[in-house]
Amino acid sequence: MDVMRRLLLALTLVFATVGGAHAVTPDEILQDPALEQRARDISAKLRCLVCQNQSIDDSDAELAHDLRVIVRERIVQGDTNEQVMDYVVSRYGEFVLLQPRFSARNLLLWATPAIGLLLGGITMIFLFRSRRNLAPARLTSDEQERLAKIMSDSDTGDR
Amino acid sequence: MIVELGHYSLVLALILAILQTVVPFVGVKTGDDRQVAMAPNLAFAVFAALAFSFTVLTWAYVTSDFSLLNVVENSHSQKPMLYKITGVWGNHEGSMMLWVLILALFGALVALFGSNLPPSLRAMVISVQGLIATAFTGFILFTSNPFERLSPAPFEGNDLNPILQDVGLAIHPPLLYLGYVGFSICFSFAIAALIEGRIDAAWARWVRPWTLAAWIFLTAGIAMGSYWAYYELGWGGWWFWDPVENASFMPWLAGTALLHSALVMEKREALKVWTVLLAILAFSLSLLGTFLVRSGVLTSVHAFATDPTRGVVILGILVFFIGGALILFALRSSSLSNGGMFHPISREGGLVLNNLVLTTATATVFVGTLYPLAVEAVTGEKISVGAPYFDATFVPLMVPLLLAVPFGPLLAWKRGDIYGAAQRLYVFAGIALVAGLVTLWFATGAPVLAAFGIAIGFWLLFGSFAEVWQKSGLPKAGLSKAAARLSGMPRSVWGTAFAHAGLGVAVLGIVSVSAFQQERVLRMSPGDSTELAGYVISFDNVEAREGPNFTEDVATFVVYRDSDPIATIAPAKRLYTARGMPTTEAGIHTTGFSQVYVALGDPVEGTDQIVVRLWWKPQVTLIWLGPVLMMIGGLFSLSDRRLRIGAPTPSAKRRETLAAAE
Repeated sequence: MDVMRRLLLALTLVFATVGGAHAVTPDEILQDPALEQRARDISAKLRCLVCQNQSIDDSDAELAHDLRVIVRERIVQGDTNEQVMDYVVSRYGEFVLLQPRFSARNLLLWATPAIGLLLGGITMIFLFRSRRNLAPARLTSDEQERLAKIMSDSDTGDR
Repeated sequence: MIVELGHYSLVLALILAILQTVVPFVGVKTGDDRQVAMAPNLAFAVFAALAFSFTVLTWAYVTSDFSLLNVVENSHSQKPMLYKITGVWGNHEGSMMLWVLILALFGALVALFGSNLPPSLRAMVISVQGLIATAFTGFILFTSNPFERLSPAPFEGNDLNPILQDVGLAIHPPLLYLGYVGFSICFSFAIAALIEGRIDAAWARWVRPWTLAAWIFLTAGIAMGSYWAYYELGWGGWWFWDPVENASFMPWLAGTALLHSALVMEKREALKVWTVLLAILAFSLSLLGTFLVRSGVLTSVHAFATDPTRGVVILGILVFFIGGALILFALRSSSLSNGGMFHPISREGGLVLNNLVLTTATATVFVGTLYPLAVEAVTGEKISVGAPYFDATFVPLMVPLLLAVPFGPLLAWKRGDIYGAAQRLYVFAGIALVAGLVTLWFATGAPVLAAFGIAIGFWLLFGSFAEVWQKSGLPKAGLSKAAARLSGMPRSVWGTAFAHAGLGVAVLGIVSVSAFQQERVLRMSPGDSTELAGYVISFDNVEAREGPNFTEDVATFVVYRDSDPIATIAPAKRLYTARGMPTTEAGIHTTGFSQVYVALGDPVEGTDQIVVRLWWKPQVTLIWLGPVLMMIGGLFSLSDRRLRIGAPTPSAKRRETLAAAE
């Protein structure tokens, strides 16, 4: 397993540094534009396993090419998009999905935006409420005296 | 010999940085004015030592001194001079050198321009800067020393990664670091305020120009990096939600939130605690970015584990600064009183909404970027979080905010009138609606979402000038009167208008390219031509050429419109000889805001055919012109009178009165 990982890493480095992605080649493209468009949409959601954060649609790696061909074969055979995805995941594991599935493990991932808005929203409401109840405190007699003094000073002094 | 001087100077910088940390701090704590007064000079000294050290390293690159390991690994005697210089920061050690150099530069700038700050605050800020400089200079010296010698010295170097041999490398990292590291000033101000336990509107006024400056640089750096990736990587994408990109995007989002909350604090003394927290977060995310990019943790948790020294040290620095700052915040923030009450519908309320969405977006990008690492560390399973996830979460989050943007500046402070604002905006809503309908009408089969996106773009672009329009009094006031009013308007009003409009321009570009780009992938022989978006593009020939350190095959394509040739495009495939590495150089023709983009694929064996990829990218340049407008907005705000003048000092009269009253 570890050897496998190392090999993958080595491959990653090779492919990641070979500049210029070539992605889809003319002989892969399906005749039917509607089917081809579906293939492109699916490809954009599948990870090129030996690359760093590239979809198979963007990658020129050999493995990405193979996956693109598999995706197109399944589509031509009449699979729905979900069936194609399921098939690829059954072969390569969930690592291949660039958009993780909704599952218990990925709960925090998908819930983050909602949690953020909720916590922030609650804090805001709480703050506004507590502010409304908090009428400005009355001046103490000490402060009133000081205020009166300042007012009378500026009345005479500033004009 | 000179290399040893540079190395020595780096050690000297470390010692001076320690002094910069300790002396001003002790001075403030013991009330010793002489020690407090030493702070600026120490900041200058650290900058000078690092600048000398950096110059020496650059010198070693320029003269191809292959007795330095770092030069051998990243340079080549045949490399063009520009890339010899930029290659200095095209590698781990050198880029960390640039990082601390810019950090020291900011420290020196605070020392230089901070004369209107209270001396103790200035000393404290410089001391915190010194602590950061100490940590990172130490990191360079002990784990990533660029001055390591090699004996015997080889005759030739290994050359720089060809993808980096581009003008982009000259500009992108320095801009990005000026932004990243610029937030260290906000961080230091926040820490100083927490230590001193005093924070007020004047503090916000001091911090805002630094935040603005850092934000302008970061905007420039990210936009520049995006365009660089667009033309250099050769598949026409401009944003990939790559962890490295996210690493720079998170501080940008937090920094944008900080810009807006500091505004509330400056005007109304509200949101103090929150602003301090954001100042800490913005720089913490910059540090996190440095860690993610520099530790190798992104490739794999395992790559990190094989050579852990650097990663662990940066992680340590990260934990120390972020953890320390947050602990200090938890202990001291309750001492900061919150002033200024306001109604939810008000300018403040709008800015709070901005902060709510931007911080949630930051959190989403943060979780999305780190989730695969966390899952792998905890369960050992590998998952991927890529562009589709971020598109599905980030975009819906931003839409309500984008819709709300034009309302913000029209609301009054404390309590605003949303119906009044809506009345002043209905014209702009009309423009947006028409733009959306026109999109639906002309681009047959255009997805409704695309039309909605275009409408949002126009809404932002024109709605952002609603405040300016209203203040000018047009059309009633007449031109000369309006012109007088406009020229008398605070520049920050223009700043807001331009920055928000820039956002709209970027949205227009993004939506337009995502929805309406056209692509052709085909085999072509010289003499073939193809049709793309109303143009005819013909492939003339391929020619072999020799560059300074590469060989290349350059293809010539001619673009015809109505059978008139209007442009020549010359994409190429290069082979960099030193590393034997091929690269693709895209060919681009810009017409209006749109571009024709051509990239070469592999030749088809046994024929004279070559695989060619052609794209029509409608309005694509708006994606980067938008950020340019945002930066112009930032510069307008930065030049606003109230920031130039600095913090107000009470007039002599008022001070007397106050003194008398006490």
